[in-house]
Amino acid sequence: MSLAVDLFSVIAVAAGAFFFLAGTAGLLRFPDAFTRLHALTKADNLGLGLVVLGLLPQVGGVVAGLKLVCIWLLVQLSGATASQLIARGLRRRGAPP
Amino acid sequence: MNVPTLFGLCAAALVGIGLYGLIVDPHPLRKILAFNVVGSGVFVLFGAIARRGAAAGMGGDPVPQALLITGIVVAFSATALAVALLKRLSDEAGSVTLSSDAPARAKNDAGHD
Amino acid sequence: MIVALNVGLVALILGLAVWAIVAREPFAAVVGFIAYGLLLTLVWVQLHGIDVALTEAAIGGGLTGALLIGAATRLRGTEAEARAERPGPATRWLAAAVSVAVTLALAACVLVLPVPAPTLAPEVAAHMAATEVGNPITSVLLAFRAMDTLLEAIVLLFALIGVWSLTPDRFWGGRPGLRQGYDANGILAYAARLLPPIGVVAGIYIFWVGADHPGGKFQGATILAAMWLLVMMAGLADAPPIRRTWLRALLVAGPLAFIAVGLVGAVTAGAFLAYPPGLAKPLILAIEFALMPTLTLILGLMLVGTPQRGDTP
Repeated sequence: MSLAVDLFSVIAVAAGAFFFLAGTAGLLRFPDAFTRLHALTKADNLGLGLVVLGLLPQVGGVVAGLKLVCIWLLVQLSGATASQLIARGLRRRGAPP
Repeated sequence: MNVPTLFGLCAAALVGIGLYGLIVDPHPLRKILAFNVVGSGVFVLFGAIARRGAAAGMGGDPVPQALLITGIVVAFSATALAVALLKRLSDEAGSVTLSSDAPARAKNDAGHD
Repeated sequence: MIVALNVGLVALILGLAVWAIVAREPFAAVVGFIAYGLLLTLVWVQLHGIDVALTEAAIGGGLTGALLIGAATRLRGTEAEARAERPGPATRWLAAAVSVAVTLALAACVLVLPVPAPTLAPEVAAHMAATEVGNPITSVLLAFRAMDTLLEAIVLLFALIGVWSLTPDRFWGGRPGLRQGYDANGILAYAARLLPPIGVVAGIYIFWVGADHPGGKFQGATILAAMWLLVMMAGLADAPPIRRTWLRALLVAGPLAFIAVGLVGAVTAGAFLAYPPGLAKPLILAIEFALMPTLTLILGLMLVGTPQRGDTP
């Protein structure tokens, strides 16, 4: 049982790390700022979500697990706010690449 | 090599890197950045020494760690004061050069100190 | 495995520090510095200093980063002139030699540290029960080295006074910073309405739990200051004019309460900032409650900066 739980954690965190890798590759390779923002939000939401999902069975207690989920939601909120602000600022300035 | 020694050597390298930036870059904001790198290097060195003093069930010697918290806060306040000085210099002189033979820009507004 | 993790962390940190020094654009250098501060939080976790990690993440990464981004955007036009003043190769080689010498000296010091490492942890553990506080760092900050914390609060106040003293005469007593535009339907106003309630709860929780677990008033005050700054940045509230009496009263209330507790200790327990037995926890709580609004205001106001307009709304 404990082996299955650990295996689930490893797979979920590895999948989350893959999404972070994909987001970084997008940040470095995409042509303009809007597409780069799009790549970054994938890393934020899916990547961190999978990492949190993988860590949930490892923490002791429901409250600690709720704190992890809360952290994920707060990161999503701040990431979404920052992305929208950057995108609006870019559009106002005429969207340089 | 154990963990505190590794981070102690990293701290020594950070102090060196920051010192080079502090001496070489003429822009004051870059000097403030470099000074912060030096400061954080000193903090990491202190933290490695604190880690070596782990005893009595604690992960690290609490006295240096408490001093580190104080140090980080005071370093932030020093950076804030330096940035305020820099902004004022930019407002008054029009440029942020620190060289003493720069021409002073004529002030357009009536207010002056 | 852990060794590989630590070596990788050290490599990333050194790389980011070099980037912060040599990047061409100041804005890129500041962003690199912010990432460097966040990675430094991981270093603190590896060194088993959780309270220091919280402080580094909040102040070193968060507040310092916001401060430097504001400075970098404000000083955007000045890089070209500064670049023209770069020193020649002789100065660079000399600076590199000095830096390498200092690094080698520090590394030598690290490698010859005494092997049974001297530590004060057993003394702290032995006397912590008298302070009725479970977190050894809080007991050091507020009981064994309370003088340092008092002087730190006064130094912060002096730094704020220093920032205010840079006001041009015509703006004295006015509001710091520029008026932020308010877009009622904007995403920033939305975030500034959604996040502060959560942030205030988190900040007060971290302050309260610092008595027995990692946390404390500096970390909690930073979160509260950040929420206040978010509300100001979105235009939902304006920065207060610095001549307001309530502002100045709250700013000095913290250090004054601290000094008052110290004098009480001088009278009843024989030394400045000594605690009479049995009254340690209530006095510590009194100091922390008085210091929280002071620290929040000081940290927020230091970020907003010097007054740049009169005090009319």
